[in-house]
Amino acid sequence: MPYLALENIRKAYGPAVAVDRLDLGVEKGEFISLLGPSGCGKTTTLQMIAGFVEPTQGAIALDGIDLSRLAPEKRGLGIVFQSYALFPHMTVAANVAFGLEMRRVGKAEIRQRVEQALAMVGLADKGGRYPRQMSGGQQQRVALARALVIRPAILLLDEPLSNLDAKQREEMQLELRQIQRQSGTTTVLVTHDQQEALALSDRIVVMNQGRVEQIGSPFDVYERPGSAFVATFLGRTNTFSAEPTPRGLAVAGHVMMPGERPATISIRPEKVDFTTDGDGLPGRVLTRVFQGNHWLLHVETPGGLCLVIRPNDGRPLPGEGETVVLAFRARDASLSLAGSTP
Amino acid sequence: MNAQARQGWLLVAPATLLFVGIVATPLAMTLLLSFNGWSSTQGIVPTLTVQNYAEILSDSFFAEIFLRTLRIALWVTLICVLIGAPEAYILRRMREPWRSSFILVVIGPLLVSVVARTLGWALLLGGNGLIPLALHRLGLTSSPVSLMFTETGVVIALVHVLVPFMVLSVWASLARMDPATERAAQSLGASQITIFLRIVLPQAMPGILSGGIIVFSLAASAFATPAIIGGRRLKVASTLAYDEFLNTLNWPLGAAIAVLLLVGIVAIVVGWNRFIERRYSQVFAS
Repeated sequence: MPYLALENIRKAYGPAVAVDRLDLGVEKGEFISLLGPSGCGKTTTLQMIAGFVEPTQGAIALDGIDLSRLAPEKRGLGIVFQSYALFPHMTVAANVAFGLEMRRVGKAEIRQRVEQALAMVGLADKGGRYPRQMSGGQQQRVALARALVIRPAILLLDEPLSNLDAKQREEMQLELRQIQRQSGTTTVLVTHDQQEALALSDRIVVMNQGRVEQIGSPFDVYERPGSAFVATFLGRTNTFSAEPTPRGLAVAGHVMMPGERPATISIRPEKVDFTTDGDGLPGRVLTRVFQGNHWLLHVETPGGLCLVIRPNDGRPLPGEGETVVLAFRARDASLSLAGSTP
Repeated sequence: MNAQARQGWLLVAPATLLFVGIVATPLAMTLLLSFNGWSSTQGIVPTLTVQNYAEILSDSFFAEIFLRTLRIALWVTLICVLIGAPEAYILRRMREPWRSSFILVVIGPLLVSVVARTLGWALLLGGNGLIPLALHRLGLTSSPVSLMFTETGVVIALVHVLVPFMVLSVWASLARMDPATERAAQSLGASQITIFLRIVLPQAMPGILSGGIIVFSLAASAFATPAIIGGRRLKVASTLAYDEFLNTLNWPLGAAIAVLLLVGIVAIVVGWNRFIERRYSQVFAS
């Protein structure tokens, strides 16, 4: 039995279904991400765990205890909100102490635990400040300290990094992962940022239109997408429709990989290579864009436009307008059979 | 002067002229008038004297009236806070279409003519009115006691018309509040009462204090309501000044009363404002 178990959850607002047939088990200490586009039901799911939204149907259990009858203030969960939701009229230390005061912890212990929590997020000397006097990244850390100081059964993170700039976000990702490992708190993160989900999670739950599309480790979900939606939502992908020939599956008459039935081939741009010998998909380089650590090439082929990513490792690359032949390894591609809608 | 600056002066000129003409000039003339002398035979004596101020500050009759004005204004402000702040919070949590209709109910008193509204209160508060009879029936008074010409009556009628200002002011500061702070407090284990007292109320405090300024200054300078409900027997500063002007015809004394009322209100409001700014500048964006 998993630590946090969501069973057959459904949430409907009138005729609109926000979440449907959701089954999810989270193990103790695990870091799990709910990933999907806006309106996919990930935030609703988080709010049902938190208790702010009541499921229309289904059960949520924490450590074997049914949560559905428990008010949000009795669940003992730590939540970091997208807006951080710090109390603007309280100092940072008072913000962090609030949850402990509600638990009637003794004054001396509160002071000690607040100090520890602020030290953990690197704000040991900022306890006397007001939230307004701090940067977005610092406010984010206060929110994290406030949620963790109560030693919550589960830490819920609602798009916690979306209001930070790119550099701060990367720093915070590393720090968040480290703090979570250190405290061993079971964590559920809601995000629409695939890079964030890939970097932080033990497992990712990809959601779309209220349904779970795939659950798996970041590597699995990226390398072996379970549906066309996952393949296009997580990273970029090229898709070609392929026809069977006696020698294998062919795109526009060029044999690319083994196979016997009409199918759609998905292949990641970084897995496509240029070849000089024999079989492959001929094409012409339309644009070549330098992106720092890699090059991005758009190649026009008879099977459609193909995106190619090549590392900036000093090897020569075809220039714009040159003709090339594209190839990839069969094990890098994923197939979905034509006629079976993903 | 460059063209842009000239254009700026031209643009503010109409409003400045209007202000100087209908606010600053009469105010300056009132101030001058308050330093003139007066006798019952000669009327206004164009001398320069502080006799009017000396009379007001030394006579306990005037002191009582000014104290009463202050007392009424403070009670009205306090009651408006107690009614208005929770009312604004409840309104904010209401859903449409209820919210729109109840906002209309809240600002309703402002839509009714002051005379009609106050005479309505006179009917309710009078000896045979609904409120004294109800209090008597409930056994709270041994016989129906009229609330007309009492401070209580004036306070009730003023609260009625001034509460919308408090509601709107608190409403504005609640609108700036991040609703997630309530949820955050709830997730940390706070009950609904704790959330209201420790999270919502402090964040609404700037609105309560600025609403308090509006309500206090309007209550202290109110004329129509104390004139009708309080009548001749229960004078406040504004009705006192009115009587000096139009009954005794002692304009200089009336002007001195008006000036003292103005100075008193301005002093209290400015001090209050200072307090708010000092207390909350660190916490809330201005």
